[in-house]
Amino acid sequence: MSTIISGLLLGAGFGFVLERAGFGNPNKLTGQFRLTDWSVFKVMFTAIVFAAVGLMLLEKMNWIDAENLFVPPAFLGAAALGGALVGAGFAIGGYCPGTSVVGFMSGRLDAGIFLVGLLLGTWLFADVFSAIESVVSLGEYASANTLPEFFHVSDWLVNAIMIGMAIVVFVLGSWVEKKSQNSTETSKVN
Amino acid sequence: MSQESCTKEPQAYWHPLLAGLALGAVLLTTFVVTGHGLGATGFTTRLVAWVGMTVAPSITEANDYLGGLVEDGKPLSSWITWQVIGVAIGAIISAWLAHRIKIQIDGKKFLGGSKRSLTALVGGIAAGFGARVAAGCTSGLGLSGAATLSLAGFTFLITFFVTGLLISRLMKQEPTV
Repeated sequence: MSTIISGLLLGAGFGFVLERAGFGNPNKLTGQFRLTDWSVFKVMFTAIVFAAVGLMLLEKMNWIDAENLFVPPAFLGAAALGGALVGAGFAIGGYCPGTSVVGFMSGRLDAGIFLVGLLLGTWLFADVFSAIESVVSLGEYASANTLPEFFHVSDWLVNAIMIGMAIVVFVLGSWVEKKSQNSTETSKVN
Repeated sequence: MSQESCTKEPQAYWHPLLAGLALGAVLLTTFVVTGHGLGATGFTTRLVAWVGMTVAPSITEANDYLGGLVEDGKPLSSWITWQVIGVAIGAIISAWLAHRIKIQIDGKKFLGGSKRSLTALVGGIAAGFGARVAAGCTSGLGLSGAATLSLAGFTFLITFFVTGLLISRLMKQEPTV
């Protein structure tokens, strides 16, 4: 029962915020790749930093146990290859898996087609899995799972650098957005 | 019913800082409550297993990837199923309140023009396949994985964005749509 309620409530929060951010809109989402709209970078970076700092502080205060936290294993080759395919799918199809649900719920039929493709791609993977099984454990990095372990530095330092990078993303992104808007206006005049 | 309520202009999207902080708060709460982050393709994979179990049970049970999910006969019975149903509910409430619900084929201008249905399908297939290779998608591995400062999460995000930037150059813009 609590599984159902926590899933529904946290999911609803997730879906609500994604829609509010404009992430059900494929033109806005792919604007990040055309560099005309930096919302994807800005929102994701802010959320990652907020959650990472929050997790660190809650661990230090012993409110949560780091041992119980799921950290994805460092199959870095698989993560890189999968990331490239999801990125290509995003640039071609206009969505990532989560945002296609949001797009579909706001009436976008193209997002519904993307979702059908998502199921087909999953089926295709399952179909060829026995032949390419090793791909999911590709490039295992054995000696570290996280950035602080990898660089042998404290999580305070990593989080401080991430906050700095988030600020850079906002400043740089807003500057490029402004520039691209100006150039569109100029081309309209011409 | 007044005419006005049908023609209301959609509201502006949230400022990215506000949206980012709100998303971070939802993500952090999810970690505290469940021990893991948010996701999407955990559900679609289970949905594929469920469809397979219903349509072609013997093939699905024998499949190396999906077989384990249908062993107990209830592949959809998982937290992630409820979370994705929640995403759909939250999205439709937000879109409705902001007057943003509109039945349409969107994205023609930048994503293939008259071939928009094809780009949506091909993009979905690539993303679905890729998410299984990485064992996660932009939400599950990119966003949630990076929040735990994991190498896998950041590796995913880097190749995700670099490939997206490159492939996006190849997509022709339709001047007339």
